[in-house]
Amino acid sequence: MKLDEFFVTGDPLIYGADVSIALTLIGAIFALTYFKKWKWLWTEWLTTVDHKKLGIMYIIAAVLMLFRGGVDAMLMRAQLTVPDAGFLDANHYNEIFTTHGTIMIIFMAMPFLIGLINVVVPLQIGARDVAYPFLNAVSFWTFFMGAMLFNISFVIGGSPSAGWTSYVPLAGLELSPSVGQNYYLLGLQIAGIGTLLTGINFLVTILKMRVPSMKLMHMPMFTWSSLITMVIIIFAFPVLTVALALMTFDRLFGSHFFTMMDGGMPMLWANLFWIWGHPEVYIVILPAFGMFSEIISTFARKTLFGYKAMVYSMVVIAGLSFLVWVHHFFTMGAGGAVNSFFSITTMLIAVPTGVKIFNWLFTLYKGRIRFTTPMLWSLAFIPNFVIGGVTGVMLAMAAADYQYHNTYFLVAHFHYVLISGTVYACFAGLHFWYPKMFNHRLNERLGKWTFWIFVAGFNLCFFPMYFLGLAGMPRRVYTYGVADGWMSLNVLATMGGVLMGIGFLILVYNIYYSFRYSPRETTGDPWDARTLEWSTPAPVPHYNFAHLPEAKGHDAFWIMKQERKQGKTQEKKPYKPIHMPSYSGVPVVMSVFFFIAGFGMVFSWHWMSILGLIGVLATMVIRSFDYDKGFYVSVEEIEEDQKRTTL
Amino acid sequence: MKSFFALSMFLAVMVLSGCSNLTVLDPKGPVAEQQANLILFSIGFMLFIVLVVFVLFTLILVKYRERKSGPEYEPPHIEGNVFLEIVWTVIPVIILIVLAVPTVQTIFALEEAPEATSHKDPIVIHATSVDWKWVFSYPEENIETVNYIHIPEDHPILFKLASADSMGSFWIPSLGGQEYTMSGMMNELYLQADEVGEYRGRNANFTGEGFTEQVFTVTAESQEDYEEWVEEAQDAPELTQEKYNELMLKGHTEEQTFSETHLQWVDHGMDAEYATKVRNGESTDEDDSSEMDHSEMNHDDSEKDSEEHSH
Repeated sequence: MKLDEFFVTGDPLIYGADVSIALTLIGAIFALTYFKKWKWLWTEWLTTVDHKKLGIMYIIAAVLMLFRGGVDAMLMRAQLTVPDAGFLDANHYNEIFTTHGTIMIIFMAMPFLIGLINVVVPLQIGARDVAYPFLNAVSFWTFFMGAMLFNISFVIGGSPSAGWTSYVPLAGLELSPSVGQNYYLLGLQIAGIGTLLTGINFLVTILKMRVPSMKLMHMPMFTWSSLITMVIIIFAFPVLTVALALMTFDRLFGSHFFTMMDGGMPMLWANLFWIWGHPEVYIVILPAFGMFSEIISTFARKTLFGYKAMVYSMVVIAGLSFLVWVHHFFTMGAGGAVNSFFSITTMLIAVPTGVKIFNWLFTLYKGRIRFTTPMLWSLAFIPNFVIGGVTGVMLAMAAADYQYHNTYFLVAHFHYVLISGTVYACFAGLHFWYPKMFNHRLNERLGKWTFWIFVAGFNLCFFPMYFLGLAGMPRRVYTYGVADGWMSLNVLATMGGVLMGIGFLILVYNIYYSFRYSPRETTGDPWDARTLEWSTPAPVPHYNFAHLPEAKGHDAFWIMKQERKQGKTQEKKPYKPIHMPSYSGVPVVMSVFFFIAGFGMVFSWHWMSILGLIGVLATMVIRSFDYDKGFYVSVEEIEEDQKRTTL
Repeated sequence: MKSFFALSMFLAVMVLSGCSNLTVLDPKGPVAEQQANLILFSIGFMLFIVLVVFVLFTLILVKYRERKSGPEYEPPHIEGNVFLEIVWTVIPVIILIVLAVPTVQTIFALEEAPEATSHKDPIVIHATSVDWKWVFSYPEENIETVNYIHIPEDHPILFKLASADSMGSFWIPSLGGQEYTMSGMMNELYLQADEVGEYRGRNANFTGEGFTEQVFTVTAESQEDYEEWVEEAQDAPELTQEKYNELMLKGHTEEQTFSETHLQWVDHGMDAEYATKVRNGESTDEDDSSEMDHSEMNHDDSEKDSEEHSH
């Protein structure tokens, strides 16, 4: 292979990216060396098994990926603003929408939510860490290396361009011979290991690590939503793993699972992909529901309306999520009975979702509503998600879907549910739990600017797309003609996209501004909130709780505060040493070997993939003979920390 | 918050009044009409739901914001209300039943030829997507066209859909919803035009580089004009396999007309491998594919292939 085939050449945008990547790397290396931070980076972050730090790293990675996916989106909007634009050619456009979709779902939405789950859930259930802290670090690093492998594709070897759904035969070797599709397969496969491990880890954590006094039906709603999400992950992700492996065999080793030749079955890929893919959208929406529940309840100063109904509705949604996958291809010609069945199951999802919407509304009813930034995001979610939801019901009606399918109507629908659901939740949760992570709040004024600009931009960008769809504009076209008459709506959409971009930049500036100027937290409870994570001091000690807290209901901390107001004081119990897990460098090293193995497979350099896999195996062996049983936190350290607490 | 409503209303009004080119809601045939009716029917219910939620939402936010209630107001402890929760479970179920019944009826109705013209025998047209063009065969009339078709008005058309390579989707929005074209698979789609006119058809499912330009035109005309066109087309140069194999190569092409159809060599609904073999310069087994039963043919093919490879 020649060097100019290895590196992507010929496009000024890519050269720009090359330069900026090089500059960022050099800048980071220089800064770390100049400030003598290499050791700090290794001992405090790269080797950490602390769920709070891993959560923060997940969120940082997710924000970076949001930037990358957002740039992709802006490029697409730039190309589509006017008819017959020559800004991007078809191939480049195809690569960009493929990476946009993949990155936003797999490397932005999920890690953002998993990051917040990491930070918050152990604190909410009164645990000192997750059930398997080492495994948690493996989860993060495999996700991160998978994401990096996927991302380098656009400068080395070329990006995948068959859409995030990667339908075969298009994504097969005959019609997509470049290595781009291999990046998709290997990047997702490696990141998928991390997700599956997270699923197992948090399922066990939530079931087994709760404080003994917390009953299942007393768990905070975000913990409930996380628990159900983990169950979905455990059932859905193995399907993706197998499907990706089969397509990898097809492309690298000449098997015929999904090929046109020799009796392969391309339709099988679409089925497997969506048997994972539909539950996947609930994996990214249920934690969002959980966060909105917490935030709305906190800032309405009322307990959640219909707690049990909220739990059961999520269980029903999780069950139904595995019974609707065919609605992604009603137009495959499966016949009337099949389409009718999947139409009805899909519509049924609207029932538990509607129950949740009304429960949120009635949580607000008779409340005392404070319009803080996290609350604004949670409130905006309700009307926007309803628009996304009702158009989802319209799409569920198969006979009508034949006209919506593959059009901008669909694009508008899933952005309405994913952005106003997942992205609003990520922003809401970030603002809400920011003081738990960084010991200061994000600036409220800037936060509100972000909110109004982003939300106005979002509606301006995606509402017109419903009409573009009805006007017959298919998704994934890289341009259109004047005669199509789609320009005015596209101009509106681009203007909205620009506003969303500005909103994001203000958020980034807010992170910097608040780091410099926000007052540091003195209590652990800046919002006067209701669940156990707010009972921890600021900053949260690495062992979370000096004494395990007591949960007497589903607003455990609120109940504690009420009791304290009534004059009940807790007797002071003596502190005992706390057992905590040791940090380990094995997860990050193992994941680097995964990266090497993946990179070798992308280019079919089998010597390299074998070396990488040997490395993975070696790190596993090293871990198996690791007799480190952790360490004890001394009573003196605990006492020092507790001087800062309010309780 | 109010800006959403203002914005949405503004957009809705502007779009609905300004651009009346919502193809899908401006049907030109019975299939598209059934779908447009179903869509409009569902939009009515959806607007009702949106209205209920938005009104409740606005009232509650206005009434219970802190600025109004004052910082001393302590909200009551309300765990839930079984009656209300049953209400907002049952009402959506009823709405869904009301939507599901016409949905299922329409799903099954679309599998048959349109009712109004069911006394006429449908015209059969094989529509095959090939990267990145459309090949149409009229087996009865024995003509083949590329990237365009003519159809008579008020006459049911039965499209037999297949693909020579990547999965496409055959879509003429003015006449009705889309259906996938797949290699080695045959899908059937009834459409009909009630008005004379020229309609745009396209591939709606992403097929790679040339996907955007993978379009065709549909000319719906009176029965006489249509018959005249058929006669003209039958005088067009004969389609040879060599010529057809050129069409199998990736790329775009202008509109073309041939007498004879490709169905004498290959039925892409049965043979998933033809285009790939042509592109790879492999034999496409001209002799045995013409008369043989297809299920046997596939079997024989694979045996023959493995023999060839071993030589």
